[in-house]
Amino acid sequence: MELSIDLVEKSNHLIIRLSGEIDAYTVPKLKESLLPLTQKSGSVVEVDMESVSYMDSTGLGVFISALKSTKENDSHMKIMNLNDRVYRVFKITGLDEIMDIGRSNKVERK
Amino acid sequence: MSNFDFIEMKIPAKAEFVGVIRLSLSGIANRMGFSYDDIEDLKIAVSEAITNAVTHAYQGQENGEITIGFGVYENRLEVMVADNGESFKLNEVKDEIGPFEETESVESLREGGFGLFLIEALMDKVQINNNQGVIVWMTKYVNEVEVDLDDDQISSRS
Repeated sequence: MELSIDLVEKSNHLIIRLSGEIDAYTVPKLKESLLPLTQKSGSVVEVDMESVSYMDSTGLGVFISALKSTKENDSHMKIMNLNDRVYRVFKITGLDEIMDIGRSNKVERK
Repeated sequence: MSNFDFIEMKIPAKAEFVGVIRLSLSGIANRMGFSYDDIEDLKIAVSEAITNAVTHAYQGQENGEITIGFGVYENRLEVMVADNGESFKLNEVKDEIGPFEETESVESLREGGFGLFLIEALMDKVQINNNQGVIVWMTKYVNEVEVDLDDDQISSRS
């Protein structure tokens, strides 16, 4: 029931690795970490979701905020390595159509 | 009426307890023979209902409580989430939910309105009463064949 967040920065390439559960309790921490990354103009933010075992609509809310921020700040966000369960939440809500999302074990070419 | 077991839990209306209910729910649903995927669906739907109660019913109040009831039947689980705080306007909420269209511009995206939408997509039957406080009553059948085929919820499954 925790979420841990690791950040790797290589100039404009930012990788944020999430591990644990994203819910109402852990989501403020995610928002605090993720939003500032997307505010850096020209940055590419990769969100590695491989170790996220659970996510509900609270997580979607943050990713929508982050997506808006990328449009405003000319940055880009990729959500990577989603497991089937977490991907399903994006799929049901249609967000998979408007976000750059890569599923687990699939090579993403865009 | 068929026999059923009823489990009731009461939690403070705080986000940190949503995960506690998820763990209890997993245990109950696992015992009932739900599949892994159905248990994950239940976890999301019930979390959404509790999160709604935490964020909408008790804004600015310290000591609200949320009651969660689990009706364990032979063929289904009924989960009730009740708060006794402020009611939300169901029609307004319903207007604000639904899947995204690809044509929607990013600026108009809703950031919070997915909770009820997910509950309806993931459960077989959902009823909401918001006369005094809000009660969300959700049903999921152990086997999907129990669900009426004309139930529009089923089209959300893929």
